[in-house]
Amino acid sequence: MKQKSKQSMTATIVLAAVFALVILLEQVIKPTDPAAMLLTVLKKGSVYALVAVSMNLLNGFTGLFSLGQAGFMLLGAYAYAIFTIPAADRATVYRYYDCVVNFSFPEVFGNAIGGLGFILGWIIAVILAGLVAAGVAFLIGLPVLRLKSDYLAIATLGFAEIIRAIFQWGRLGPVTNGSNPLKSYIRLNSFQLRLGDFTLSLTTFVPMLMAAVCIGVIIMLVNSSYGRAFKAIREDEIAAEAMGISLYKHKQLSFCISSFFAGVGGAMLAMFAGTVQANNFKAAMTYELLLIVVLGGIGSISGSCIGAMLFIAASEWWLRGLDSGVFMGIQAPNVFRNGFRLVVFSVVIMAVVLFFRKGIMGDKELPDLVRRIRAKLGGKQKAGESNG
Amino acid sequence: MLRIDDLRVNYGGIEAVKGISIEVPEGEIVTLIGANGAGKSTTLRSVAGLVKPASGSIAFKGEDITANSPNSIVSKGITLVPEGRRVFPDLTVFENLKIGAYLRKDNLDKDINWVYELFPRLKERSWQAAGTLSGGEQQMLAVGRALMSRPKLMMMDEPSLGLAPLIVKGIFEIIKEINRQGVTILLIEQNANMALQIADTGYVLETGRLTMKGAGKALLSDEAVRKAYLG
Repeated sequence: MKQKSKQSMTATIVLAAVFALVILLEQVIKPTDPAAMLLTVLKKGSVYALVAVSMNLLNGFTGLFSLGQAGFMLLGAYAYAIFTIPAADRATVYRYYDCVVNFSFPEVFGNAIGGLGFILGWIIAVILAGLVAAGVAFLIGLPVLRLKSDYLAIATLGFAEIIRAIFQWGRLGPVTNGSNPLKSYIRLNSFQLRLGDFTLSLTTFVPMLMAAVCIGVIIMLVNSSYGRAFKAIREDEIAAEAMGISLYKHKQLSFCISSFFAGVGGAMLAMFAGTVQANNFKAAMTYELLLIVVLGGIGSISGSCIGAMLFIAASEWWLRGLDSGVFMGIQAPNVFRNGFRLVVFSVVIMAVVLFFRKGIMGDKELPDLVRRIRAKLGGKQKAGESNG
Repeated sequence: MLRIDDLRVNYGGIEAVKGISIEVPEGEIVTLIGANGAGKSTTLRSVAGLVKPASGSIAFKGEDITANSPNSIVSKGITLVPEGRRVFPDLTVFENLKIGAYLRKDNLDKDINWVYELFPRLKERSWQAAGTLSGGEQQMLAVGRALMSRPKLMMMDEPSLGLAPLIVKGIFEIIKEINRQGVTILLIEQNANMALQIADTGYVLETGRLTMKGAGKALLSDEAVRKAYLG
């Protein structure tokens, strides 16, 4: 027990230090610096980390192979965007339709209570994004969760495609703006505090904090008795049922919670990207997330986070040069052209999957690894002492 | 305590259990013996709620539980140690035990200590993944996990399956000990000799029908039983 509280103390301190560093970096790095890519990676990486962890909750901890993540992100992104577009901008955004939703939560609460109400309204919009995704997940779960693994994957994949088509449907235009993008809602760039002459930028801190809070909730869930029930279902459904764990109820619970956080992740992606368009939430996005989960290690939350950061850093930053003719000092414009990055990326991924079959972390977590390394070093020291 | 009346169960398209009636009195060890495919496992699985019977009734302490869900049956005090042990391999011994008590919300420390007292081996392996245990240890864990729900009736499906004779002896000693501590036991076994030695009552099942019933010791010395099951 004592060890556990000490462990969470260490984790809190490390986390606080990381956040302090991020806030500091954000003030120092100018948007034109090459290092600004780091901030972009951190922003997009936190979004992907959250959604990958939510996918891991379902695929890694509950053993339900679902491929609907992009669909739930889409729901979250739209729910968030629709309810945070300022009333004044609605006419320009919904150029071709008569907008039905004519209020935004931040404005409603902001007008009622003032500055803090604005933030409260924004939080409500983010939570609503999760709830919409979770609600739809519940309805889909009613028939689909009675299916066995492979069929579940096909059914959820199909659902995600259907959702994407429905949101582009012209008849729904007054709500979804049809196939036109939604914009002008609250984006990450809005998170800048003006303190006199100095502007405190929180555009990277905010998504990282959101991801950290959500992932923290998922960690608590995984370590609770519900989390144990999820793992029991993953390991052996019949034994789990014999222990009195209701299979359907727990699968539904896991599915809805996973979708909730995918919805929140979708809202964060909307905030990051600046526009929301159904066509961007393709199945390819789900595959990217699946890749992150597999790379990081199925059943490892810290693995999903590391995987997400590495994946985004590689695809957005480190391998970018492969598309533009110059990469790490090597100039080969005839080879390095658009799309080559993806070729190299695929090769790297194949190598990782071949040689790290269980992903970067396996099913271990970061603290386990630290403890093991420390034990190894400690053991060596002791051995050294006895030798000397 | 448990009363099964004219139970019929269809399993995989065939009638696996063809109308059997069994009574398990409180505090006893009752055993069902019979060859492969006699319907022993199916009977236990329908008591546990994992299989729905086609007809007949199952009553526990006078209350009909035929149509109940597995979790309500567990919470009434019936637990199943499944065939082939079926521990959760990637979870630790400790986590396995905690899952056994999933439906209970009260303090588990006392019961975990009780299980560790019954099986000191499990205490040594508390933080080990259950999949790395030996067959005998896994069987101990499966029994310990079932005990964590504080059952009044524990049903065991072939606890001796695939274990060395010496280990089997140890397991049966523990079964007797658990029974002495007040848990009623319904045991099914192919190892008829061992089962009948500790059982108060024995039933013989043949292709879904009961063919014989008697005290454990009596069946053990019965000529027909000896010929068919004891070799």
